[in-house]
Amino acid sequence: MEHWSPTSTTATADTSPQQPSVAVRLARDPKVVFAGGFILLLIVVAIAAPLVAPQDPLAQNLLMATVPPVGFADAEPGFLLGTDGLGRDVLSRVIFGTRISLTVAFVAAGLACLIGSLLGLLAGYLGNLVDTMISRLVDIWMAFPPVLLSILLVAILGTGLHSVIAAIVVIDWTRFCRVVRTETRGQAQMDYVVAARTIGFSRPAILFREILPNVVPVLIALLTLEMGIAVVVEAILSFVGLSVSSDTPTWGGMIAEGRQIVHEAWWVLAVPLAALFATVVAFNQLGDGLARSLDPVLRR
Amino acid sequence: MTRPRLSIETLSAISLRDGNRPILRRVSLAVDTGEVHGLVGESGAGKSTIAKAILGIVPSQVKITAGRIDFEGRDLLSLSARELREILGRDIALIPQDPSTALNPARRIDAQMTDGLRLKRNLLASEARRRARALLEEVQIRDPDRVLHSYPHQLSGGMRQRVLIAAAFGLEPKLVIADEPTTALDVTVQKQILRLIRSLQERHGTSVLFVSHDLGVVAKICDRVTVLYMGKVVEQGTTADVLNAPRHAYTKALLAANPRYDRPDTGLEPTPPEVIAALHAEIAAFDASVMGSRDG
Repeated sequence: MEHWSPTSTTATADTSPQQPSVAVRLARDPKVVFAGGFILLLIVVAIAAPLVAPQDPLAQNLLMATVPPVGFADAEPGFLLGTDGLGRDVLSRVIFGTRISLTVAFVAAGLACLIGSLLGLLAGYLGNLVDTMISRLVDIWMAFPPVLLSILLVAILGTGLHSVIAAIVVIDWTRFCRVVRTETRGQAQMDYVVAARTIGFSRPAILFREILPNVVPVLIALLTLEMGIAVVVEAILSFVGLSVSSDTPTWGGMIAEGRQIVHEAWWVLAVPLAALFATVVAFNQLGDGLARSLDPVLRR
Repeated sequence: MTRPRLSIETLSAISLRDGNRPILRRVSLAVDTGEVHGLVGESGAGKSTIAKAILGIVPSQVKITAGRIDFEGRDLLSLSARELREILGRDIALIPQDPSTALNPARRIDAQMTDGLRLKRNLLASEARRRARALLEEVQIRDPDRVLHSYPHQLSGGMRQRVLIAAAFGLEPKLVIADEPTTALDVTVQKQILRLIRSLQERHGTSVLFVSHDLGVVAKICDRVTVLYMGKVVEQGTTADVLNAPRHAYTKALLAANPRYDRPDTGLEPTPPEVIAALHAEIAAFDASVMGSRDG
């Protein structure tokens, strides 16, 4: 301090009101709280399905077929949401169905995110030939109708959970790639990237330590939205019988079964449809809320 | 006579975008040990291109066609990317122009300040943090712990510039490139930042290449000055000589254009057209002589 002339003033940090931390902002966002809470509940239900489900989801009881939900005439206690055409408990089947839906949502969207963002980061940061090649590939890829592509893929790979996941990854990575590429390109122009170069950072270090943290908020929001889409695609594949084998309850499979007897037993269709609807809405709302809450904190 | 710390010799560059228009015309300058060397000129004069050439971050549309940038006996222009990376940060550091964009918005200050320390000094995280804290105290930040824990958007412009200065001097570099470090700041903060750079520079014996368009700022901080116009050195000398007794008409015009509160009716004049015309003629003659010597 002795070098300082007496007039020099000491700098103090801003006295402007502190922005609340990310966690606080998220906790204050009703979309994040309700949608996130619902998805958390689904996760718990999926994991604890054998404990939560009142009945064996596969146990048939033809004497108890198409029993309506509790509260309607001819309802049976023990079958809260009624039974299907084979006398299986609808509630228990919906509960077990969350397992497939959520597995697909997290694994498929996660893998698509990983592959798509890695390619997007490379395209956006390296530019030139790499960018051209990856971007053209995405363009061509997106020209195929996605559902057709996934049906084709499952037809080739055979049915089963891994095929469904593969099919979703194959159609979904392009979305991540596009968004991440654009974000990365924007960030790569920023001064802080140049500043990082001038302290001798290597290119991979700049990409992963400097740019990636700025892309993550967008990525999280997109990932959440794509999880909702993955749930729908899985349901579509189950509906057309291209998902897991029919002895595993899935929402799409239940919707397909319910469709055939909708006039005698509407609840067999309505209950899994409602579950699917609520889940997708929750994922979308969560993605919306996350995008809003994460963004302004990290970049103004 | 000892060798200067940084010596730029006949550096020439062209813009590939713009019909191979020359950007730098055989610029030579030397920055001695412990000296603050001002690089002055209006926008487009090539000041930033020189700074970028030293740091190896010349944009792709600019091509360096000739010259050397000699730093401690090595030509920075002929080093490999890896060799240059080793020198950057450790021996040469940058104080960027705009503190609002030069810090990564998604990372806390402590993470950003300790990057260089850990990369170039191999410090442990805890040591690097302690060093970062000491550095912030050295740039007179009163609550360094809070600042270290902040994101850039939670700090004011002056604070961010202090952080960047602390980070630049943090590795005890031999040369600091200050690229218009006060342009984005208001005048009161400007003064503090200039004083800060000068005192850090004196204490550590650092050489500084101070890029600016503001003669007032240069007068306050620089020992010597190089005046550029359209990529050509117009005048060079000690700050006192150049500012008190400018030899070139352009420098005189620049000085006359500087608003002065002691003579409020003067200043803010554009450079007289005859000075510009003379300069352009001078540059055209220079380009012709360079062309001629290249052909011959």
